[in-house]
Amino acid sequence: MRRWSSLALLAAGPVLVVAVFFVLPVSGMVARGFWSDGALDLRGVVEVLSRPRVARVAWFTVWSSGVATAVAVLLGLPAAFVLHRLALPGRRAIRAALLVPFVLPTVVVGVAFRLLLSEGGPLRSLGLDGSPVAIVAGLVFFNVAVVIRAVGATWEGLDTRPAEAAAALGASPAQVWWTVTLPALRPAIVSAASIVFLFCATAFGIVLTLGGVRYATIETEIYLLTTTLFDLQAAAALSVLQLVVVVALLALAARLRAVPDATSSRTTARPRRIRRGDAPALAVTALVLALVAAPIATLVLGSFRSDGGWSLVNYRALSGVGSNDALLVPVTQALLTSLRTAVDATWMALLMGMAVAVLVTRRSQSRGERRVRDVLDGFFMLPLGVSAVTLGFGFLITLDRPPVDFRDSALLVPIAQALVALPLVVRTLVPVLAGIDDRQRQAAASLGASPWRALRTVELPVVWKPLLAASGFAFAASLGEFGATSFLARDDNPTVPIVIFRLIGHPGELNFGMALAASVVLAATTAVVMLAVERLRVPSVGAF
Amino acid sequence: MLRRLRTISLASVLVPAVVLAGGCSTMGNDDSTATDTPTDISSRPDEVGGKVVLVSHESFNLPKKLIADFESESGIDLVTRAAGDAGTLTAKLSLTAGNPTGDLAFGVDNTFASRPLDEGVFAAYEPTLPAGAEEFALEEGADRLTPIDVGHVCVNIDTAWFDKQSIEPPQTFADLADPAYQDLLVTPGASTSSTGMAFLLSTIAEYGDEWPDYWSSLLDNGALVVDGWEDAYFTDFTQGSAKGTRPIVVSYDSSPAFTVPKGSDESSTAALLDTCFRQIEYAGVLEGADNPAGAEAVIDWLLTDEVQAALPTSMYVFPVAEDVEVPADWAKFAVQPTEPLEVSPADIAANREQWLSEWTDIVTR
Repeated sequence: MRRWSSLALLAAGPVLVVAVFFVLPVSGMVARGFWSDGALDLRGVVEVLSRPRVARVAWFTVWSSGVATAVAVLLGLPAAFVLHRLALPGRRAIRAALLVPFVLPTVVVGVAFRLLLSEGGPLRSLGLDGSPVAIVAGLVFFNVAVVIRAVGATWEGLDTRPAEAAAALGASPAQVWWTVTLPALRPAIVSAASIVFLFCATAFGIVLTLGGVRYATIETEIYLLTTTLFDLQAAAALSVLQLVVVVALLALAARLRAVPDATSSRTTARPRRIRRGDAPALAVTALVLALVAAPIATLVLGSFRSDGGWSLVNYRALSGVGSNDALLVPVTQALLTSLRTAVDATWMALLMGMAVAVLVTRRSQSRGERRVRDVLDGFFMLPLGVSAVTLGFGFLITLDRPPVDFRDSALLVPIAQALVALPLVVRTLVPVLAGIDDRQRQAAASLGASPWRALRTVELPVVWKPLLAASGFAFAASLGEFGATSFLARDDNPTVPIVIFRLIGHPGELNFGMALAASVVLAATTAVVMLAVERLRVPSVGAF
Repeated sequence: MLRRLRTISLASVLVPAVVLAGGCSTMGNDDSTATDTPTDISSRPDEVGGKVVLVSHESFNLPKKLIADFESESGIDLVTRAAGDAGTLTAKLSLTAGNPTGDLAFGVDNTFASRPLDEGVFAAYEPTLPAGAEEFALEEGADRLTPIDVGHVCVNIDTAWFDKQSIEPPQTFADLADPAYQDLLVTPGASTSSTGMAFLLSTIAEYGDEWPDYWSSLLDNGALVVDGWEDAYFTDFTQGSAKGTRPIVVSYDSSPAFTVPKGSDESSTAALLDTCFRQIEYAGVLEGADNPAGAEAVIDWLLTDEVQAALPTSMYVFPVAEDVEVPADWAKFAVQPTEPLEVSPADIAANREQWLSEWTDIVTR
């Protein structure tokens, strides 16, 4: 009985937040579409789902997300190894830099990609402009850091002795990889892959910009149906379809993630010297860096161009409001708003994320209890997989009267961003927490440690680094979030992505240049914050 | 050990610095949050004054000083909530009909006006219009929606490019399908961009039921359809970026005012005035507003000479009041069409889905 009450207590906070700010709005919006003229109209819903276009759109969503996820994992694994296990000079800086795509506004990245691929760009000979390959490349660009960071955080703490023992017993490097290392990493890989898939499946701007009008995903289709056509029934039908796809994926991921014994002993291994055998991994890492660097370099170069020459004009203009007062606030002020919002979103996501991670990894004593924990685990991933459009409009129609009169609250933006960041935090922490042997906790308890003290001495030392990785993620996700923010942000305090979107939406060379310069500043800020976070250590804990 | 010390000290300096720079969080930032709590609304006076919430799209922008002057003269505390594009705004208003998120809305245009009018989003209010504005009033719904500004989506050409190539520039829709201009046009998509939608509507106004044939010939002639306006203008248009390859782009009648090279007194682009579709933006008091009197006062203010004169520089659109002077750049380079193309809001509402799906079929064929 006490177990259940402690389970309920831990779950209460996050469940309440997700219920009010996710379940209620989404179900409200879906209900609005399903009920027409006071009657439940399921036939109309079925009619929508049987349109040939819907099948095409659904297939393209699953296909492009699946391919992009596979590519991100294949490229991300060697890079995670190189950047987290090898003594590569400057690896901290590279790791911080790799998170940069995460915060770049898609509209700017879209333009950067197209400047490379379009008819006049340096890569025009590849003929990728407007092709599915370009979409996949764009999705990988944004998401490869998720794999590197999430898997790297686990890899870093992985005990190297089993692998060394296997090698000493004569196993080839390939055998060691397949029989020792990969099984230990599998939960982390599946976790990262499921997040990447959800991000890809709900990607919006990048699909539109790189695919042209030829390709549509469920997400872009919901946007079109809701805002342009106001066909709420079809939008609701697609939202439900999206939810079904996401739940199916999460169930699959949970199966793949499950290992008979998740516990693994952990050390913080020192990064080892680079050997000749690391060449392939290094080559892949170089490829990843090139893929990420090319569009960013286009941005940086463009931000220094003005009147056909090189100058700092665009950067100097950031403290102003653009040509012809295009902006209400200078970009510098928007940056402060962005940082403030990101701090809020980060602590909210961390607080909820830790509660959820502890909740789902505690050893269950009955099958029922296990099931409850598994369902909760999937439940908190859902916000990532559901259309921001549905959620945003849902806010308006469900949070409009007491006791949930929140639609004008200034906290709505950080809360929406925290919901996006929550799965990143949970999925980074869960593999690590699951790896802790429960006997350690029991030992601590039998030695008289309070639950709080046990948490501090057993869990915290192990979780510390992944927690930093997770907070970096949450912070970056919040800084770059555009979908929900653009829907909610009010003009007197816009965030940087909103300001950039505004600049690039107006003609004039200075506005375009400022949009690029503002993106570079946002990227640089992120990289600096990430570098600082990576260096954060608690001495007493680090000594373990 | 030394290394660890360095690590700690760097972190202890950097992280608090970052957090402090951010002012810690939005929560300490009570100047804006305090005024937004719903309790404030209940304390409003019954006469004009008090808080008025203006709901708009993300392009809404007026000089701060203008707003401050209005607030001190009228006693109104004007709060703007601007987010999303015109389509998002319209959907938002329709969804919250009867329990609106503000007192008045600005930014519903003639391509979207029918739907919110049918849904009963707007309350009756007919202010005295300035001279010239009557021309822009809606046929149905003029008692609820007041025209505030007007702009046109027109095909733009890079005149410098055509000069350099010694090619006679195109003038009409028919020219765009002429093989002499093969592979030169780029347009945003009608399904993904309101600018693209306006271009589609202009071809529908021009060709009537024959528009699908015209679009087929456009595409056969190598027209490039991209996602958004910024994409077309800044990536593919020759005047938008150094790497652009297409000298014909779908943009606005005001765009040529922004492509005047330094030291020159001529714009390097021009709008083709026979290809323009008229977009009019309206304001209206929302049904169920907390402060309808205040909302009406704000609409009156939007029609004053001061606000009308500020529209070109702040929002890239023309005033509806004919006596108001536009900036010198605009007077010189942004030429308005005299006979723009139009499709009635009711027709658009009735056919939008059909047109878009036909258009998508043609473009993705």
